[in-house]
Amino acid sequence: MSIVGKGKRAIQGAAQSVMKKAVELAPDSLLPGGRPDPLIRRQHGQIGRPVSRVDGPLKVRGAAPFAAEVALEGMVYAALAHSTIAKGRILTIDAGRAEAAPGVVLVMTHRNAPRLAPPPRFLSAAKAAAGDDVPVMQDDRVRWNGEPVALVLAETQEQADHARSLIRITYAEEPAATSLATAGAHEVGTFMGEPLSAKIGDAEAAFAAAPHKVDAVYRTPPHNHNALEPHAATLVWRDGALFVHDATQAVAHTAWSLARIFGLEEDQVHVSSPYVGGGFGGKTLWQHQILAAAAARLADRPVRIALSREGVYRVVGGRSPTEQRVALGADADGRLTAIIHRGVTPKTPHSAMPEPFILPTQSAYAAKTIALEVRTCDLDLVANTFMRAPGEAVGTVALECAMDELAEQLGLDPIELRLRNEPETDPVSGRPFSSRNLAVAYRLGAQRFGWDRRNPVPRSRREGEWLVGMGCATATYPYHRMPGGAARITLDAGGARIDVAAHEMGMGTATAQAQIAADRLGLPLEAVTVRYGDSSLPGVILAGGSQQTASVGLSVMMAHRELVGELLKLAGNDSPLAGLGAEEVESADAGLRKLDDPGRFESYASILGRAGRGELVVEGSAPMPLETMHWSMHSHGAMFCEARVNAVTGETRVSRFLGSFDCGRIVNPKTAASQFRGGIIMGLGLALMEETQVDGRTGRIMNRTLADYHLPVHLDVPEIDVIWTDIPDPHTPMGARGIGEIGITGTGAAVANAVYNATGRRVRDFPITLDKLL
Amino acid sequence: MTPFSYLRAADADTALQLAGVHARHPGAGHPGVEHPAAKYLGGGTNLVDLMRETIERPGTLVDVTGLSDRIAETGDANGNRGLLIGAAVRNTALAEHRLVRQRYPMLSRAIVSGASPQIRNMATVAGNILQRTRCAYFYDRAGSRCNKREPGQGCDAIDGFNRMHAILGASPACVATHPSDLCVALAALDATVHLSGADGERRLPFTELHRLPGDEPGRDTALEPGDLITAVELPALPLAANSAYRKVRDRSSYAFALVSVAAALSVENGTVTDVRLALGGVAHKPWRALTAEQALRGQPATEAAFRAAAAAELAAAQPLRDNGFKIELAQRTIVAVLGELAGHDRTGDGA
Ligand SMILES: Cc1cc2nc3c(=O)[nH]c(=O)nc-3n(C[C@H](O)[C@H](O)[C@H](O)COP(=O)(O)OP(=O)(O)OC[C@H]3O[C@@H](n4cnc5c(N)ncnc54)[C@H](O)[C@@H]3O)c2cc1C
Repeated sequence: MSIVGKGKRAIQGAAQSVMKKAVELAPDSLLPGGRPDPLIRRQHGQIGRPVSRVDGPLKVRGAAPFAAEVALEGMVYAALAHSTIAKGRILTIDAGRAEAAPGVVLVMTHRNAPRLAPPPRFLSAAKAAAGDDVPVMQDDRVRWNGEPVALVLAETQEQADHARSLIRITYAEEPAATSLATAGAHEVGTFMGEPLSAKIGDAEAAFAAAPHKVDAVYRTPPHNHNALEPHAATLVWRDGALFVHDATQAVAHTAWSLARIFGLEEDQVHVSSPYVGGGFGGKTLWQHQILAAAAARLADRPVRIALSREGVYRVVGGRSPTEQRVALGADADGRLTAIIHRGVTPKTPHSAMPEPFILPTQSAYAAKTIALEVRTCDLDLVANTFMRAPGEAVGTVALECAMDELAEQLGLDPIELRLRNEPETDPVSGRPFSSRNLAVAYRLGAQRFGWDRRNPVPRSRREGEWLVGMGCATATYPYHRMPGGAARITLDAGGARIDVAAHEMGMGTATAQAQIAADRLGLPLEAVTVRYGDSSLPGVILAGGSQQTASVGLSVMMAHRELVGELLKLAGNDSPLAGLGAEEVESADAGLRKLDDPGRFESYASILGRAGRGELVVEGSAPMPLETMHWSMHSHGAMFCEARVNAVTGETRVSRFLGSFDCGRIVNPKTAASQFRGGIIMGLGLALMEETQVDGRTGRIMNRTLADYHLPVHLDVPEIDVIWTDIPDPHTPMGARGIGEIGITGTGAAVANAVYNATGRRVRDFPITLDKLL
Repeated sequence: MTPFSYLRAADADTALQLAGVHARHPGAGHPGVEHPAAKYLGGGTNLVDLMRETIERPGTLVDVTGLSDRIAETGDANGNRGLLIGAAVRNTALAEHRLVRQRYPMLSRAIVSGASPQIRNMATVAGNILQRTRCAYFYDRAGSRCNKREPGQGCDAIDGFNRMHAILGASPACVATHPSDLCVALAALDATVHLSGADGERRLPFTELHRLPGDEPGRDTALEPGDLITAVELPALPLAANSAYRKVRDRSSYAFALVSVAAALSVENGTVTDVRLALGGVAHKPWRALTAEQALRGQPATEAAFRAAAAAELAAAQPLRDNGFKIELAQRTIVAVLGELAGHDRTGDGA
């Protein structure tokens, strides 16, 4: 890494610690005023009801135009040619045949692409959206195998694809680092500006002295993003401004970042993305939107770019592989005396972070000594990026398998071992937990799953050819709320509209936020609409870190405060509410009423009508996320798996799965259950089959289709039972913590532990394919 | 995709004509093919993918889904009844056919274990037989070397990812496998292929249709350019009523075989009187296990005999970097399938 890069990191780290100190002096409260969100106490409202997706009918009917379905007048279609070497220079480009092919409008390469600023890499600025900061088609350099080296625009997609296949490029190849073995120096990784390491006491010494210990290395392979909808954008330049129909989980970030790249004012870029067919961390700003916008400018035509499945593999990063050592030392009672979790994961020189696999271990168990560290090195590959529960998804694989190994050695039930090591306060930060009910989740889950029927002796249950076993593991994911939340409420006699630059990628955000807003405003659900997915709306709200529920929920809460103030002003002296302050009233029955005297009430319609106002528009923004500096805030889950392994062929089939979650209050049980299940299914893939095959000789991804890159199919997914504690977290909006990512965590380990219980074989190299069990 | 023209044929003669295939004159050395760039199109589930990847670049497509889609019973004077299956019969229709399920259950099982219902609804019998390998290096025209795709270029699979690749009958030029499930059953069932081409009509034992790669990996089959498959014939084979197909793969469904086994077994008084055995996922062609068959005939139907026969068949196996496990896996699967057919106490997957 360059000296400049190191300097930047140091500055980020310093800024972070200044902020931390400021926060430590701030009052001990989530919100100004220090009271928990009043909605936490509200019963019989919309929150907690299994409301069906408000966007469901539209999508089921195929009536929701996704980014690659928006048709613009005079539009042309783009196809990308990708490099076939990992590192080097482009020597020659023969585009003659492509340019002469039918329908071709433009062939763009580094020779004629407009000059562009490098994309702002994620986390490098508040609104940076790019997965990497490699200059886009600006020079003859090739930085990874698959990097776009030419773009064709043609009148039809077929013509563009054909012309692309006629381009001939020669390269001067240079030696590339494409595997851990060929990588250069390793250094400690950083995440959100902080080094990925932690040290409490002398863990190595405590481990050496421990009477019981486990010391094992676990490996997870690279994974790729495979959202149902491949990345796409349809865009047009009008009067120097850029309009993008995108598939993104970061509208505001993307608009700002594109403005930087093209040298525009932020408000000259408009990004609209109401429908997103899955994001999982991968739907941010990658080269395709930038290239399409550049080509649209050159050709002066609107452009649609829809990446092929292969295109997604070549252009969009995924999760990097990890090699993790977990060493646990325990006393005779099973109390941990040492936790060591360290290892290595490669990144690229231009990606935003190394896979932070130690994150789950930071707050997992009470141990007297802890040593955590992520080391990283740079490879010449497509930039790795965020993928559902970055860190926790693969970190829990190692940690929770090791706990299972330790439980067996101690002769303890694996749940009992975990409960004996439940921490009182966060073992690394020392902060109190905002709400932690893992023990409850384990109790409820174990009972429902029938954990008591598990035979602790491996390979003791056989049904025909099938060896049957059970395993469990802890799931965990932090509560996040990023700065930048804001929302607008437009109230009229008929109801309210919430405008917020949030994202609906199929998770149920639009539905859950409508429910929350209905309760917040005291309106029936039908009277609330939520507008989202557009950079012209208020807020800088990433659909990431499972933070939208909190970020939007709090933004609407702040806007509601403004609304109440404005309404009281409008109500004036002729109202039953006359003389009351904002703190004395609440929203209910489509109006305001006095908290301790519900008779003093006036409806919104009446207030607006008397004031001669058709509508009232207010905006609110969420305060800095100080709550995350005061408390250790994490969701948890107890994951239970029953696996069957074929004694003849080694094939593994998961026959039952249960997730018992402690994620605060559940806003919508229906959409929440889908999120949990979806995460668990992704975890089953991680456990048993997902693996990106990067050919170490060339750095080329070889399994770049859904036929070759295996994800679970229906038959691989059993009935998945999900339950939850529903215990509100007093320090979060609505008492809720995000639920989008936790399902994938813990799942891999629960499967591996069940496979061990079934077979007596401990597989530490993931995925657990049948050859490892023969 | 490279631009092409599209024509439709309702019968074999028209198909040949549209593809520019003319009867070969006696003494002429070259097949009488006008434009070898023509290809027949079945359901398109493989060919269209290959065209998208620009691996196949035919100038003309002759749609032959209009050829016979009939499944007819055949019979000889002695009352031996077989089946004649039209080239355009869809995979689903074949798998669901009553007589196939009764007399050749392994064929039904093999078909439904392949691909997905949607693909099987489109795929034709002839297209399934002539589908090409799924080797990732073969598919990666832009970025990888492949002797099958471009003879003489070199093979990136031999030292690359080769978990799916051949352990039997491979050559230094090519280690690809034939991906079909249906074909494994056809190889076991002594099927015959009916062809029409420059030499007129002819028949070929199914096991002679596909080739081993040798130093000509570009040729998957013994067919001449322009040859059209018109039908597949199954002979009367009473022992096939006791037959099974078992496919082992990396997920429960919608994955190609790591190893598959098609077997038919007849046992009398504890002795193997007859057997048919073929393997999928192990070679450049559906692998008829003649060595094992020979080892089994007349032997007691015991697990030990099955194991010995399986070991004999796999004795010549040569592992690559990633696929050594297939040698053990193939043997175990053979033993399990034969055990099941012999009525030994074992419960299979069934999926
Ligand atoms: C994702 C995926 C998964 C799959 N999984 C499996 C699997 O698990 N097991 C399995 O067995 N298969 C699998 N398949 C392959 C599938 O079975 C084949 O694609 C299908 O059988 C091909 O039949 P088709 O009619 O569509 O052939 P086409 O694609 O139309 O043609 C294939 C070839 O046959 C030639 N051809 C067609 N008809 C004739 C004829 N009458 N005479 C001469 N040549 C002819 C064509 O020219 C072409 O070369 C899978 C395919 C996909 C896409």
